[in-house]
Amino acid sequence: MEPYRLKLKEALEAIKNSELSPVELTEAVLSRIEAVDEKVKAYVTVTKEHALKRAHTLEGSNEALPLKGIPLAIKDNLCTEGIRTTCSSRILENFVPPYESTVTMRLLDAGYVLVGKTNLDEFAMGSSTENSGFFTTRNPWDTERVPGGSSGGSAAAVAADECIAAIGSDTGGSIRQPASYCGVVGLKPTYGRVSRFGLVAFASSLDQIGPITKTVEDAAILMNIIAGHDLRDSTSAEVECPDFTSTLGRDIKGLRAGIPKEYFSEGLDSEVEEAVKKAVSVLEQEGLEVEEISLPHTEYAVATYYILATSEASSNLARYDGVKYGLRVEAKSLLDMYLETRSKGFGQEVKRRIMLGTYALSAGYYDAYYRKAQQVRTLIKRDFEDAFKRVDVIITPTTPTVAFRIGEKIDDPLKMYLNDIYTISVNLAGIPAISVPCGFNSEGLPVGLQVIGRAFDEETILRVSHHYEQLTEWHKRRPEL
Amino acid sequence: MKISRADVEHIAMLARLKLTEEEKDTYSEQLSKILDYIDKLNQLDTTDVEPTSHVLQITNVFRDDEPAKSLPTDKALKNAPDRKDNFYRVPRIIE
Repeated sequence: MEPYRLKLKEALEAIKNSELSPVELTEAVLSRIEAVDEKVKAYVTVTKEHALKRAHTLEGSNEALPLKGIPLAIKDNLCTEGIRTTCSSRILENFVPPYESTVTMRLLDAGYVLVGKTNLDEFAMGSSTENSGFFTTRNPWDTERVPGGSSGGSAAAVAADECIAAIGSDTGGSIRQPASYCGVVGLKPTYGRVSRFGLVAFASSLDQIGPITKTVEDAAILMNIIAGHDLRDSTSAEVECPDFTSTLGRDIKGLRAGIPKEYFSEGLDSEVEEAVKKAVSVLEQEGLEVEEISLPHTEYAVATYYILATSEASSNLARYDGVKYGLRVEAKSLLDMYLETRSKGFGQEVKRRIMLGTYALSAGYYDAYYRKAQQVRTLIKRDFEDAFKRVDVIITPTTPTVAFRIGEKIDDPLKMYLNDIYTISVNLAGIPAISVPCGFNSEGLPVGLQVIGRAFDEETILRVSHHYEQLTEWHKRRPEL
Repeated sequence: MKISRADVEHIAMLARLKLTEEEKDTYSEQLSKILDYIDKLNQLDTTDVEPTSHVLQITNVFRDDEPAKSLPTDKALKNAPDRKDNFYRVPRIIE
């Protein structure tokens, strides 16, 4: 097998047993990128020289490191010191961070090799990478379709074997939805589980970093590196981290799963529904106790999210003013400099969201929109708390449809937003969820299964999804490029 | 909720965005449509429901007030579009 096709776990073993060296593996991944990225366009920046140098350094050291010599891709909204970090925005096109994010710092300490920074919807705002300020990433299963978003570059890179695994971020589904569309695994951890220090902020009460991988076990391995309390992120939780791989392989007999009826209604594609129901029955045969549940406020999640996320974004993005870093468009007065810089630097969707958020927070509308949405957020959170009194996990489709065509939804923002309907509530409630491949539709496009868990109980969703993965072959399929 | 062109112009100025005439029309239409959708939140009675601003039960996080290593000035200023010595330079503010 070509080394770039290895799963993270396999690559670690191959390097440990000296069957493969860090340089060989890095070179294999880099030549894979050279061969297929023209078609996939997953990367904003390929860090070839950096990667080779790093691999040589690692190879020359005898130190045993948990990720020694593993080539990973990082979403281009995580700061990497000395390496351009753009957020796929014109306003940060030439931004070179003077510091390292906590997540990439932990990966560096673990011995990883950065092979490149992946494309996203500008500032992580979108579901397709069509909002990237540079270009649209292609779905490796069908290059006329979107890879999903916003972590579309990371998911496509994993699916196309252009990295061994990747890191993404998830504010309303941005890890799980592209993982589902690209037929790979994506985990959004509990809010506060992984430090956000050095993640360029979109909506601070919702953003969370997580792994995108070829298998569930690979996601657990990466969680062991990136999770944990960090003094530099005051919203990082002081909760002890388990060994995330420890529950893998345990059976699922007696675990209880809820199937929310609201997730199987209008708008759900019949082939997606069929694949997800089949997956549930596979798990049922393994002893999972399945019952129908209700999450009654589901239909309000998208509206709630688009007030809260845009409000937080309008405030977070006020920092791009042409003064401290990023683009500046020169003008006579300070005000004109702000106006020109922000108008030229931001794309259409980012401007639209800043406008919506600014409106929701403006005098006279704050209570009607922002406070109201925060109250509905409480109701949505309570729905999950009530459900988790009866069940251990909640199982749903990750998305209502398979990957859509490039251009299909770009002119109708509301239609695009509704695509996040099954992933958004999880962010509002701050709980963890994973998407794993659970089939293909008649056109050969991947379908994702979402397993949602209690706050700080990633172990159970990893256990259930890993068990499912062992019984099926979906994750073994790879697109032809 | 109808967002007029005048509303769009007002919001754009609050957000420090300069919009083209075409953008003003587009945003007026799109924001009206999005807010119509968001109005569905008013179907819910939220009297006495506590707002959730944050899912974690944390309040303020403090550390001891001890000096720690911070970014050297030159590194911090490296991305500045315009600087003079150890300062960011901006257009004249006071006439």
